Amino acid sequence: MRDERQRDGKGRMEKDTKPQKITASLKKTATSFAQVFPILIGVMLLVSLILVLVPPSFYGAVFTGDEILDPLIGAFIGSVAAGNPITSYIVGGELIDQGASLLAVTAFIAAWVTVGVAQLPAEGMILGKRFALIRNGISFLSAVLVAILTSVTLELIWP
Amino acid sequence: LTVQAPFGKHFLALLTAVYLGLAAVEFDLFLRAISVFAKLLSNVLPVLALVLVIMSLLNLMIKPGMAKRMLGKGSGLKGWAFAVVGGVLSSGPIYVWYPLIADLREKGMRDSLVAAFLYARAVKMPMIPLMVYYFGWNFALLFSLYLLIFSILNGLLVEWLTGRGDEPEP
Repeated sequence: MRDERQRDGKGRMEKDTKPQKITASLKKTATSFAQVFPILIGVMLLVSLILVLVPPSFYGAVFTGDEILDPLIGAFIGSVAAGNPITSYIVGGELIDQGASLLAVTAFIAAWVTVGVAQLPAEGMILGKRFALIRNGISFLSAVLVAILTSVTLELIWP
Repeated sequence: LTVQAPFGKHFLALLTAVYLGLAAVEFDLFLRAISVFAKLLSNVLPVLALVLVIMSLLNLMIKPGMAKRMLGKGSGLKGWAFAVVGGVLSSGPIYVWYPLIADLREKGMRDSLVAAFLYARAVKMPMIPLMVYYFGWNFALLFSLYLLIFSILNGLLVEWLTGRGDEPEP
């Protein structure tokens, strides 16, 4: 009898605590999100502005034909550009057709998907300024390195 | 989640002011930007909902210390695998994932894994056929491979430079 009562009590406690746990978890998520939401909306507004102000045709005009300078320009433009990665592939394909080097275009695509100047304020506010600056700085250099390695390996394996 | 509180609202206020300025000067451009924003928001909302669900589930199921064990200093290869595979599989814009990452970081995720996750997102599996179409399969293969390798190198370098293992940034 006593055991049964204890078990009943335990069962009731579990029934009571599960919804409470779910409510607490939802509350915690909602609080976190309420803090982040203005930042996310701000980033989307910034990205929309960049998409409207910088047409894809602009990207082709900035390459010089210089083998050393172009990958850096590509990485820089890719870092500042915003939008879906599909756009970077389409623009990259067009740039190669227009005579840009594969090295420059690879740096451009790599930076487009790994560095985010438009997202930097949000990343800084949510993950910390120091972290965001270091991560994006290293990703910029990596974009150039990935471009060099991809181009060199392609030349070596499939000349 | 410890967002640098007032800055979020200031950031949004600044962008709103820029948009209002744009509406006053170039109303057509303002309308185009607003229409792009509306489209972007409608694309982002499903991913945002997914992130919210994952965050709620993690808050519900991950006990204190569990995230640290799985994604903290001692997580080893399993931690790296979680970060890199998670990054490759995560879809949508990068900023949608910041709240979840910040939450996990607060629970003990180390900086190297955060950076690896964010970098590995560059490998977009659904878009590989498009990359093959534009640049060839050999380029797509090498580029994706180098991105994966660099996600780990980036992670290690970021953690070394931030000097932070699994303690929150002050």
